[in-house]
Amino acid sequence: MKEKAVVQGFTDNLDARNRKGVIWHVLFQVSTVIGIVALIALMLNIINGAFGYIAYEARVDPDTLAVDGTPLTEQSQEQLVTLLQSTLSRGAYNKLENEKPFARRPREEVYQLVLERIIRPEIVGVWNLWPSITDADEIRTTVAQEHPNAELEFVSWLTSDFVSRPQTSEPLTAGVRTAILGSLWTILFTILLAFPIGVGAAIYLEEYASDTWLNRLIQTNINNLAGVPSIVYGILGLAIFVRTLEPLTSGEVFGLVDPTTASGRTVLSAGLTLGLLVLPIIIINAREAIRAVPRSLRNASFGVGATKWQTVWSHVLPNAMPGILTGTILAISRAIGETAPLVVVGASTAISFDPSSPFSKFTTLPIQIYQWTSRPQDEFRSLAAATILVLLILLLSLNASAVLLRNRFSRKF
Amino acid sequence: MATNNIPNHKYVIETSDLEIFYGSFKAVTGVNMKIERNKITAIIGPSGCGKSTLLRAFNRMNELYAGTSIQGLVTFEGEDIYAPHVDPVEVRYRIGMVFQKPNPFPKSIYENIAWTARIHGYKGNMNELVESSLRQAALWEEVKDKLHQSGLSLSGGQQQRLCIARAISIKPEVILMDEPASALDPIATLRIEELMQELKKNYTIIIVTHNMQQAARASDYTAMMMLSGEGERSGTVIEFGETNRIFTNPKHKRTEDYVTGRFG
Repeated sequence: MKEKAVVQGFTDNLDARNRKGVIWHVLFQVSTVIGIVALIALMLNIINGAFGYIAYEARVDPDTLAVDGTPLTEQSQEQLVTLLQSTLSRGAYNKLENEKPFARRPREEVYQLVLERIIRPEIVGVWNLWPSITDADEIRTTVAQEHPNAELEFVSWLTSDFVSRPQTSEPLTAGVRTAILGSLWTILFTILLAFPIGVGAAIYLEEYASDTWLNRLIQTNINNLAGVPSIVYGILGLAIFVRTLEPLTSGEVFGLVDPTTASGRTVLSAGLTLGLLVLPIIIINAREAIRAVPRSLRNASFGVGATKWQTVWSHVLPNAMPGILTGTILAISRAIGETAPLVVVGASTAISFDPSSPFSKFTTLPIQIYQWTSRPQDEFRSLAAATILVLLILLLSLNASAVLLRNRFSRKF
Repeated sequence: MATNNIPNHKYVIETSDLEIFYGSFKAVTGVNMKIERNKITAIIGPSGCGKSTLLRAFNRMNELYAGTSIQGLVTFEGEDIYAPHVDPVEVRYRIGMVFQKPNPFPKSIYENIAWTARIHGYKGNMNELVESSLRQAALWEEVKDKLHQSGLSLSGGQQQRLCIARAISIKPEVILMDEPASALDPIATLRIEELMQELKKNYTIIIVTHNMQQAARASDYTAMMMLSGEGERSGTVIEFGETNRIFTNPKHKRTEDYVTGRFG
């Protein structure tokens, strides 16, 4: 193009303007790349820990436990129970019997107990994925020299057994079923508390509350609450749900006290505490969503003589629902990953019982991860890595179902 | 509001010394109008002179905007619609409204009308009501095969007629139209105007318009609004009368300047 004649008072600065634009463009791209690299590094780190070689030795050779030529793996439930009874100390046996009578334990469970209590494979070496790939030969020679009896095996710590087994203190037989169920129970109560109350409060604040200084004060404080450190909510939950409302949260008033539970440190308390924690997030997001419903739609509804409630229920809420659900997804993601408040509220560190009611003792996935990463042995760090994968999968599937729900709502008629 | 208001006199809506405020700002002042039954009354005037504000005062829609208040009197069938015992919801039930931007509900064409009728406790044959409303709004032939498609899938002009069908489905006594054709092309505009002529047999219509030709073509009475004086800058009706006279023989110099296109 022919250059424009210079008009007096103007300078030809197009190149300079474009250069500036390019610089910013590059900066934004770099920010994105840094973010992606960090995310990939995180994933690689977790995967690195969750797979690799292990070397283990059995303390008791399973072959010596064959009865009348029947190998251990094919023995019946009764035979296994007899084996446990004869091998374990009376005290240990009775303790197991008290936790759950052997007669009611399926064969699989008893077999696990035999593995844990009698054979007791012991891990003598753990390697991450990366060295397992690059230094496989070296690992083999080291193990052969130092632990001639040990078996070397490439394992994925994340297996279907890992997901379905209860927690134990033996890394080889430990699982996260208890923690998964604990997390699900907790999230259930979190949603039951936070969603209706959060959306209700948002409706009130957006649609009904008048613009007085008191309401503005309340609104400002709700916004601030979203930034309060989660441990503070833990302390709040401890004071209110665990201590003050103990008869309620321990199930005492319903006559449903779990015999293994001491006091109000239950799934219910944990869920309600996390509910309080995410309440401000849900309120803020729901308010944004409600505010974004166009005025023309409200006018249309009021214009045909609809009442406020009819307008809110039939038009404002359905149209705000995708936004509300987006906020809820954020809130659930936050709640499911919380550790600190649950530690304060009193999550159990080592329980092998599935939570079976709102009044059960509980542990959750983040608590389990926290607990395992703080152990000195390498194998627990691998367990933690596998648990992180489980947590991420759980989180993604919960979010995916919320997204599906949201898409159903946002399908504009 | 009492329901025994047999149309017994000529005027449906009357205002006296009506003033409308946004907070402390007086947007409209000194309006005295009598709206005649089964006629089309147009409100014209330059932008920002309070036409829409005045229109919304007729069915208390202005209350949905924070901080608005009125002084003076607006009566509907002789009764003060701002009296404490009057429910604004009932006012809007009986004085319907069509807005500038077509705003069908994001529901099916059928549901747009059915929902509206249902909230008012309609127990009759819904299919018949939907059909008759759409017929009255001259939309039936175009949509009868796609009643269960979204109202938002229609063209702008069709959407606006759907809004009119929705408004008349609950048999209001007055229909307020706030620049109903300003977002439409000339053909869709013409259809809306023809429709208004049909509707005035059964309804009283008050329409705000920017389009002087539209007011001249379509209305029986015209109210000319202007900002009053230099000081307060409140809108007011400077002249109100039969459309024919307003456009051919205005009493007011400013009306004459405006309708003849010399300014505005």
